[in-house]
Amino acid sequence: MDVRTVEFRIRRQDRPDSEPYWQTFRVPYRPNYNVLSALMLMREEPVTIDGKRVDPVAWEHNCMEEVCGACAMLINGLPRPACSALLDELGSPIVLEPLPKFPVIRDLLVDRSRIDQGFKQVKAWIEIDGAWDVHEAGPRVSPQTWAETYLYSRCMSCGCCMAACPQFGPWSDFLGPAAVAQVRLMNANPIGRFDRTERLHRLMGNGGLSDCGNAQNCVRVCPKEIPLTTAIGELGRQVTGQLLRDLLGKG
Amino acid sequence: MNAPRVILVGGGLGGLWAALRVAGAGFAVDLFSLFEVKRSHSVCAQGGINASLDHKGEGDSVHQHLVDTIKGGAYLANQPPVKSLCEDAPGLIRTYERIGVPFSRTPEGLLDQRLFGGVKNRRTCFAGASTGQQLLYGLDQQVRRLESLGRITKHEWWELLSIVKDGDGVCRGIVAMDLRSLAVQAFRADAVVLATGGLGQIYTPKTTCSTNATGAAASRVYQQGALFANAEFFQFHPTAMLGEDKTRLMTEAARGEGGRVWVPRSPGDTRPPKSIPERERFYFLEEWYPAYGNTVTRDVAARAIWKVTRELGLGLGGSDRVYLDLTHLDRTVVRTRLGAILQIYRKFRGVDPVEEPMEIFPAAHYAMGGLWVDFEKDPATGGMRRGSPRNHATNVPGLYACGECDYAYHGANRLGGNSLLSASYSGSVAGESVYTYLKGLNRSAQDTPQSFYDDEVERQQGINLRFMGADGGQNPYTLHRELGALMTTKVGVVRDNRELDAAYGQLQELETRFADLSLLESSAWANQTLAYARQVFDMVKLAQLMARSARQRDECRGAHFKPELELPIPAGKFAGDPEFEDYRTRWKANNSRWLKTTLAEYSADGPRLRYEQVDTSVLSPEEPRDYR
Repeated sequence: MDVRTVEFRIRRQDRPDSEPYWQTFRVPYRPNYNVLSALMLMREEPVTIDGKRVDPVAWEHNCMEEVCGACAMLINGLPRPACSALLDELGSPIVLEPLPKFPVIRDLLVDRSRIDQGFKQVKAWIEIDGAWDVHEAGPRVSPQTWAETYLYSRCMSCGCCMAACPQFGPWSDFLGPAAVAQVRLMNANPIGRFDRTERLHRLMGNGGLSDCGNAQNCVRVCPKEIPLTTAIGELGRQVTGQLLRDLLGKG
Repeated sequence: MNAPRVILVGGGLGGLWAALRVAGAGFAVDLFSLFEVKRSHSVCAQGGINASLDHKGEGDSVHQHLVDTIKGGAYLANQPPVKSLCEDAPGLIRTYERIGVPFSRTPEGLLDQRLFGGVKNRRTCFAGASTGQQLLYGLDQQVRRLESLGRITKHEWWELLSIVKDGDGVCRGIVAMDLRSLAVQAFRADAVVLATGGLGQIYTPKTTCSTNATGAAASRVYQQGALFANAEFFQFHPTAMLGEDKTRLMTEAARGEGGRVWVPRSPGDTRPPKSIPERERFYFLEEWYPAYGNTVTRDVAARAIWKVTRELGLGLGGSDRVYLDLTHLDRTVVRTRLGAILQIYRKFRGVDPVEEPMEIFPAAHYAMGGLWVDFEKDPATGGMRRGSPRNHATNVPGLYACGECDYAYHGANRLGGNSLLSASYSGSVAGESVYTYLKGLNRSAQDTPQSFYDDEVERQQGINLRFMGADGGQNPYTLHRELGALMTTKVGVVRDNRELDAAYGQLQELETRFADLSLLESSAWANQTLAYARQVFDMVKLAQLMARSARQRDECRGAHFKPELELPIPAGKFAGDPEFEDYRTRWKANNSRWLKTTLAEYSADGPRLRYEQVDTSVLSPEEPRDYR
């Protein structure tokens, strides 16, 4: 029987408008455990190391296999999904804080609706006439194009890239890397490119691409290894081209 | 009449398809979800979605898809809906393609297709090994488009507590709880569609399901009078990876792409797997089922693993685990087509499945059973009559169900690649049905007296107060863990009537312990324990139904297996052999008794079960399932 334990320092906050405070918990070490499963142990017996019985820690979870994006938080100072943060890599104590830049709802639970707002702003969808069968197969796509596109389509809106971005935050209108990468994805789609110009115009507006400070934090923290800075670079060139076309009145 | 409003509950593939259909027809849609819809459990589906496009030159056809699905489900599904499902699958795929889903491609740029279990043709379209995620995101984008046009209103972070019925028993809305403010509120609607997903959390932690796949919503409407069908049919996925917190799915596509399942031939062989010579490996699926090999159906594979580990004692290190081996396959192909699961295995186990065989075992995965839904047969086609308001209607007028929370397409066992299909298709059909239902409706929910809503809100607030005020010693998390352990051991892959009787008793006892609950917290803001404890209670109610239904079905069919009642196919005998024909006669005799849908009606003193004839008008049950 393994008698080791792991300590968790957790930044807590009861309500969106209340002051944060810290509490420390201890859980037994178990091999292959991750931060999410440790939080589950803690909530079952929410007692701090001082022996004080407290409310269970609130956080968001769902798939537990790093595909839904729900459980992102700041773990030892880095934004990442809690489910794939294995205790074995983290030592002790492990410091948990809510994902920064997003409003705290309670404890480690944050409001990420701004991600969706960004997707709306850049029209991150394909304009179709309606979701019915038109009895015609779509355009062919080469496996190479597929491979490039698929990378961007794995974005799970966890918000880690935005949390890490020095230009993104409540003080700024910057859309953040996730929405920019969606423009890359949609503009490469054979049907999506019909609205390429409009999306580029939105990237040229307030909160758009010019707000990117090229810190490259986003690509370093993305749990899905999405080449976010490549997308930003490609779109930078597309935007420049669009600026020229606009100047020449060529739309 | 006021402009009709429709409430959709659940934001996975079923709910989002229904939303697109209903909003597309011009009706106002209120979409409720426990969380942001793109985090719904559909996102976890990996391997693919079936449609007989025949892109691989194998002569695949709609008919073959139908035959595989019906036989895979041991004939228990009503056949007209399955026929329509298979016929409409290619159209659904084309629509997914149009909305931008990045399906994997053949070298010439067509949609690629791969092999899945229980079939012989490559029929499964896929997007790497994250197909569910890609389909869900495509729909999420379309719903966001309609949301930006004001045609869909999302209510994320709300939980359905109950439906509201008027004096005639017609569903006229819902009562839901804001998961942040805990406000309990009624919402009027002229029709309600439930797309609330599966219930794998009843088997926690040995399930591939998300923590929110509790079945609580389905349980709640069942307790309010909606019929529940085939509750005893629950799928255990043969290849999940070990985890103490959750067992993570390793897609069936791993076998479809050539992955092999094996154990060392001698028990207690502790050599590293790659040093064990070929002749000392037991590829039991290939030996026992040479015709289908590693791609037998999931119920068959799960039972084979059970037999190898529990009866023959050949599990790895004496455990329940066996190897799923990809190491002999071309690495580039594996990385391109299965990358997402390789990443999961690597991240959670620290081992690369391209280098070392994975260790896997069966885990709770998918509910074939669910809310009973109707269909209208079209005599002209033999399928469902398109647009009929009966399709996907529950027995409660105005209440529809689609996706995993219904029971319609998979019979006694679901084929891989058919869940993304049925979730999408049923959502689309439910949306169309609602449209017709609303056109025929002559009274608006706006005219329903307020008292019906007030009474239901009050009842739900009462339950919340009771849970919040409880001051006993019973911890909801512990109750859930006990539920999971009990269901896994007693209502699992292999079943026994004595154990099922014991399980039912224990589940009743578990229910009574809620009287002594302790909620651990009394916060009035974002109190997750309150919502959770209520879910656990409703899971226990559903588990009771599953145990009772399993107890009462005295036969083996698909995923429901009682060894003492097994009708084994005579070894080495095939159609035409007297022994096989004798077996066929006994199989048919058993069908005449048990080829029936289990219908359950809730009552305070336990589920009331009855049986209904299955519509086998498309493919008469003449050929037993045989994967040898």
